[in-house]
Amino acid sequence: MGFQVEKQGEVTVVDVEGQLIVGNRQELKQKVLEQLESGDRKFVIDFSNTGYIDSSGLGVLVSLSKKIREQGGELRLANLNEDLRTLFELTKLDTLFKIADSRQEAMAGM
Amino acid sequence: METELVLELPNDLRQIEHAVEYVMQRCAACQTHGRKLRLNFRVSLTEALSNAMLYGNERDPGKRVRVEVIVGEREIKARVTDEGSGFDPRQIPDPTTPGNLEKSGGRGLFLMRELMDEVHFNERGNQVTLILRLEPEGSDRRSDRKKGGGGAKA
Repeated sequence: MGFQVEKQGEVTVVDVEGQLIVGNRQELKQKVLEQLESGDRKFVIDFSNTGYIDSSGLGVLVSLSKKIREQGGELRLANLNEDLRTLFELTKLDTLFKIADSRQEAMAGM
Repeated sequence: METELVLELPNDLRQIEHAVEYVMQRCAACQTHGRKLRLNFRVSLTEALSNAMLYGNERDPGKRVRVEVIVGEREIKARVTDEGSGFDPRQIPDPTTPGNLEKSGGRGLFLMRELMDEVHFNERGNQVTLILRLEPEGSDRRSDRKKGGGGAKA
């Protein structure tokens, strides 16, 4: 379980492996903010390998999206499975994020 | 036949994942209700434990959280009790309104209410009871985001 950060051109892609929950949300926040502080502005978080997200995990995504937007950047999400999509729909966060079916789709046009 | 589990957890957020996983494994007899357990019950139990440790026990490592789970043929009931002074669940705003959508917190109780059939608090507000009804095999509906419509109470 963890977070893998890689650069694909101008886009910083973060893979969430396992869960994004109250116990590890700060680790993701720290990794993304480090990249933001170093000048990165385009972010994709890839959930291909993610089991589930709790409300704390959703909250950290909202917080990061806001911080990135304040710096003129954008955070997009990719590869949410059916369960994760349900959580985004229930909480209406699907209206707040651009959610793509693939990493490539998320990166397109950034 | 009912299965009853009782866990006493230290107030440590890192314990949540292990505790939920343990309960899920012990619910293996309910595999016919896969999505209800994987999504509705798992997420709701995680939220209840997070709330108990973060807000109920206020992160105090000296306090504990008690979890009681009863798995029956027709429903799963989980009761989570913290050692805090309690809260008034009616004071928690709807996180899906435009003014609250970009707030980082406040979705835990909302998710519990959305995903479970019933959510009850005791009078003190330090104990939440979650109830998820299990439909007979093959009759799952609405891909089981929530069943029966309404029913969630605080």
